[in-house]
Amino acid sequence: MDRGNVETQIHAATYRTYVYVWIALLVFLGITIAVAKLSLLAQYSVIGSLLIASLKAGLVLVFFMHLKNEGWIVKGMLALAVGALTFIIVLTFSDVWFR
Amino acid sequence: MEKISSATEGSIDYTGKKIGMWLFLYTELLFFGGMFLLYSVYRSRYSAEFHASAMEENIILGSTNTVILLTSSFFIALSIAAIKAGRRRLSTGLQLATIICGITFLVIKYFEWAAKIVKGIYPDSSVLLGMGQGETLFFGLYYVMTGIHGIHVLIGVIIISIMLSLTQRGIINRENFVKLENTGLYWHFVDIVWIYLFPLFYLIT
Repeated sequence: MDRGNVETQIHAATYRTYVYVWIALLVFLGITIAVAKLSLLAQYSVIGSLLIASLKAGLVLVFFMHLKNEGWIVKGMLALAVGALTFIIVLTFSDVWFR
Repeated sequence: MEKISSATEGSIDYTGKKIGMWLFLYTELLFFGGMFLLYSVYRSRYSAEFHASAMEENIILGSTNTVILLTSSFFIALSIAAIKAGRRRLSTGLQLATIICGITFLVIKYFEWAAKIVKGIYPDSSVLLGMGQGETLFFGLYYVMTGIHGIHVLIGVIIISIMLSLTQRGIINRENFVKLENTGLYWHFVDIVWIYLFPLFYLIT
């Protein structure tokens, strides 16, 4: 198999992955709307929809933004940024709830 | 000496440019994070009012816009894969499709805002001020957060249009595509912000 042929196959695989991710994103969107409209999770609906949103965000990050191919610098900085945001949210709510 | 100058002039510094873009996106994350924090605190304080106000949102338009933005992310990801494969026409076509999605998103957003403004729901209106604190906060946050997100979409559309022109002129090509890749990263980030905005404003009824 010559180099061009291998490249074509790699690109075809990339396109296919994107199609699967896109379909998965639309399915998750359908699930999140159904869960909210049919009140399937009752009082856990906020947590549920945020979890589904995070799954969708994860798919976009890992596949569309190629996070899986990035080095430790980008991954580490992302962890730092998300960690900082989580820390700020937890700290604020520890004040808001127990005031 | 000659080696150094040719390396600095000729190199694209791919890794540096990618890291720079990711760093910018982390500042954006914290920027939007502040607004999400404000939303969560007020939602926990006025949860009944937030629920009632979210009924005002048009879930069909909101869902349509989500589909449009998710699809636009898919298109721009494909356009980058296409340019890496040297398929310029396919890449420019997909970039154009992304731009059309972005503009459609903004047009739908315009109709959503207009429908609310006609009803007198806009910051500092007598109707909104008469509704109570929780409602005022919900719609205030709605306008600020979707507004700033909308500005990001508009900036994205402008930048992708520039990338489209660069790709057509062959400046972005299969060897040098980091500009388009970074534009894609920005566009995906804007998509992720909307992924969180959508349930928080439209689905919490």
